[in-house]
Amino acid sequence: MADGGKSVGIVETKFFTFAEPPNELILDSGERLGPVTLAYETYGELNDEKSNAILVLHALSGDAHAAGFHNGDKKPGWWDVIIGPGKALDTEKYFVICSNVLGGCKGSTGPSSINPKTNEPYGLEFPTITIKDIVNAQRRLIDHLGIEKLLTVVGGSMGGMQVLQWMFSYPNRIRSAIPIATTMKHAPQQIAFNEVGRQAIMTDHNWKNGNYYGKLPPAEGLAVARMIGHITYMSDISMTKKFGRRLKDNRQPFKFSANFEVEEYLRYRGNNFVKRFDANSYLYITKAIDYFDLLNGNNVHDVFKGLEAKVLVIAFKSDWLYPAYQSQEIVKACKSAGVDATYCEINSTYGHDAFLLEIEEETHLIKHFLRTVFNGLEVSVENES
Amino acid sequence: MRVDYLKLEHRVILDWIEPHSSVLDLGCGDGNLLSILIQEKQVHAQGIEIDEQAIHKCVAKGLSVFQQDIDTGLSEYGGMLFDYVILSQSLQQVKNPDFVLKEALRVSKKVIVSFPNFAHYFPRFQIFFGGKVPVTRALPYEWYDTPNLHFLSISDFIEYCKKRNIKIEDSVFIRKNRRVKIFPNLFAEIGVFLISNR
Repeated sequence: MADGGKSVGIVETKFFTFAEPPNELILDSGERLGPVTLAYETYGELNDEKSNAILVLHALSGDAHAAGFHNGDKKPGWWDVIIGPGKALDTEKYFVICSNVLGGCKGSTGPSSINPKTNEPYGLEFPTITIKDIVNAQRRLIDHLGIEKLLTVVGGSMGGMQVLQWMFSYPNRIRSAIPIATTMKHAPQQIAFNEVGRQAIMTDHNWKNGNYYGKLPPAEGLAVARMIGHITYMSDISMTKKFGRRLKDNRQPFKFSANFEVEEYLRYRGNNFVKRFDANSYLYITKAIDYFDLLNGNNVHDVFKGLEAKVLVIAFKSDWLYPAYQSQEIVKACKSAGVDATYCEINSTYGHDAFLLEIEEETHLIKHFLRTVFNGLEVSVENES
Repeated sequence: MRVDYLKLEHRVILDWIEPHSSVLDLGCGDGNLLSILIQEKQVHAQGIEIDEQAIHKCVAKGLSVFQQDIDTGLSEYGGMLFDYVILSQSLQQVKNPDFVLKEALRVSKKVIVSFPNFAHYFPRFQIFFGGKVPVTRALPYEWYDTPNLHFLSISDFIEYCKKRNIKIEDSVFIRKNRRVKIFPNLFAEIGVFLISNR
């Protein structure tokens, strides 16, 4: 493995159910949702002081399976390069938790779950959810695990939004926070890309206002949505490096078949995604992302006022979906609130995907940052003479 | 205090800084000065540095640093947020030193500035007799790869402070890691100033 770390091995997804009626989870919209199940995985051991717990927050298409292997699987969890023995989130030192978001489709309650009132899948009966709701549900899981204060909350992209929401909603429950390649509010360009994805799904005749469960799903629409997503996750340079103008083969191509490698790649990614993701979840979660605005009328100077957690903000130079200026806004808010923070803009050509790929730099930053938070500052001075 | 392994410039800065104060180091490089200040004076430290590799080194030392330009890096800070802002060998590298100093004096009670003295006799000789841009111990770069954008002398800086009504609280002049007491503008390679608003 690139960083020399090992795998956490075979892992299993666990489930936590709460908010049983009449004590439902009260959502940002005022609606009530319950019971709520969160799928989650844990790696490493919680220490006796319960001071080594890390909450990993996943992006749009992620899930609770962040590291290790499910029995029989060949592919590890989505952030296996970062989580494991000796890795950035070292499972020999830390207890790592990752849960599937509320509204998701990988074991947590979402639009594809059964509505107890109708015994049918929720579909569009599922209430609108926000990043705040997602974080509120996570907090219940952390309560359930008996953890008073998390060592850190860490995530990229939409995961980074959840990190920021933790900093805002539960500043006393975290000792540090690592928002990566993210923003304090979704910008019009970002909303626009999500809307095209949603339109692709909703104009698929199989979507049927979200009532497709048990029938043919809006697979083509969801695949197109994913294709658009993938374009925004890469960069001009990374696409040129990866595909160039190479053709798939030298056969005389059928009109409009995927003869460029990049076309084939996008189709492959789109079709693969359909097998593992629910179209309605895609609609709900992208909407939660679009509604995300931590400032929401708040002054940028006040948003992190009084925050005692240490913060590490990471951005990537070629990320045009979540450009570095948005991370600098987070830094600005930290500065004006006097928050103890670090900002690094990693030189990368991978675009937004860099947070899953620039392992060496990310590992270096996260590892040392966490060590300082966990052990306290131990300075070492170089001899100057 | 075991500080004999430090270079004189850093020892001078260390002497000026009160224990447990808050310090912002502009252009903190690999963070060694901040580490010294944390170790010896238990300061609350923050750095700003543009070079990514230097940021990685700072983070490895456990320091809090922002990868940013010094020229634009202070605007978000409220007034008098720090006890000291340090510009150690970085003032001559910013685009707008006048603005940076003004900002530094806005966000901090005191500012420490050090820079290579362009009027030291050796660079003077190099220009006068060699007819070439000086390359010296304090100014080690060729004209085509120098990060220094501004060239100033100790006299220039003193005159600047007078003009801007800035109080020079203390100053130390250094050559070959030793203090220079006479004709510093001629004999010192480095000037170190502790300044504040009048």
